[in-house]
Amino acid sequence: MADDGGMAARVDALESILIEKGYVEPAALDVIVETYERDVGPRNGAKVVARSWTDPAYRERLRHDATSAIAELGFSGRGGEHMVALENSPELHHLVVCTLCSCYPWPVLGLPPTWYKSPAYRSRAVIDPRGVLADFGVTLPDSTRIAVHDSTSEVRYLVVPMRPVGTEGWAEDQLAALVTRDSMIGTGLPRIP
Amino acid sequence: MNGAADLGGMMGFGPVIGEPEDEYFHADWERRALAITLAVSAVGAWSIDAGRHARESLPPAEYLSSTYYEIWIKALERLLLDTGLVEADELAQRRSLRPGVPVNRTLSATAVPAVLAAGTRYDRPVDVPARFAVGDRVRTRNMHPTGHTRLPRYARGKVGVIERVHGAHVLPDTNAHGAGEHPQWLYAVLFDARELWGDAAEAGLTITIDAWESYLEPRPAG
Repeated sequence: MADDGGMAARVDALESILIEKGYVEPAALDVIVETYERDVGPRNGAKVVARSWTDPAYRERLRHDATSAIAELGFSGRGGEHMVALENSPELHHLVVCTLCSCYPWPVLGLPPTWYKSPAYRSRAVIDPRGVLADFGVTLPDSTRIAVHDSTSEVRYLVVPMRPVGTEGWAEDQLAALVTRDSMIGTGLPRIP
Repeated sequence: MNGAADLGGMMGFGPVIGEPEDEYFHADWERRALAITLAVSAVGAWSIDAGRHARESLPPAEYLSSTYYEIWIKALERLLLDTGLVEADELAQRRSLRPGVPVNRTLSATAVPAVLAAGTRYDRPVDVPARFAVGDRVRTRNMHPTGHTRLPRYARGKVGVIERVHGAHVLPDTNAHGAGEHPQWLYAVLFDARELWGDAAEAGLTITIDAWESYLEPRPAG
């Protein structure tokens, strides 16, 4: 990095202090990074969405107790202890933000992207969501209402986008490949086959 | 508190710039910042709410000119000092000058996957019934506490409708300050955009926040 404002050295020193004092274990730090860089990410959420598209009973469970339904697929824990699923429809499009910090459903989407944590997104999502969608190249019909959800508690929201037309009979993993991270935040739509 | 973190409705930050799905970090120090923040929080010296309060307490100009992981690190240093886990001379000299203080627990590498997958629940049993039900009209309080709160400024003193009853959850306003969990009923409260932003707001647009019971009062009749 050309200019990190001295952050690399600052974090390095802090890490050394915490290790020397016995508060953190170096190997644990590596496992944390690996977990969120390799294992826990938006492909988890995509599986949840694809399952809800193909299995009506699962979809029903996701509606009524998203935390348990998501745990059925093996996803749970930090940043996703209390989950709610929001289903998009032709009439209603959900968009999730955390205006106060960066609350995000980690077990299903992983670490939040930089833009989700940025003042640009956090300030504007609640007052001009259509403008934010335009930044992402998304235009919804005027007849589609937008429902913005500001994540102000430990409840975390997962948007379930609409299943693309022309995917009848597709297998779950084929469908999951259409589900983008942004479509599960509400700033995007699934890929069109 | 009315800090810089409370961003809803502010203007002038420019467009939102998207990012590829597999791009989690933009420098290696960001990986380390994430890892040490998560690992040392497992010591249990502060709550998630105290952590958020440390971040929102950064001076506004500094908050807005820092990247998100910079905010994390600056807040982490503050928390370590406030809890006595690290002392100021150690941060200044960038090395440990004395042994660590006793802590309840540390996070081992082998425990990481299970600890992350378990998480920490924030719902609590309470022996009082919920004051509000789905469909009730409520008004959020007009309050400006100097401490931590999760009621955004843009949603204070506004009339909304209870959309969902989440259960009773730990109250951040007290928990952030070590003043107890004081669990309260938590609700999703839906507002018409015009109630929040005036007549120029888009028709049909709604904004929902999660609000603890003490943030709400019944909407007076009429």
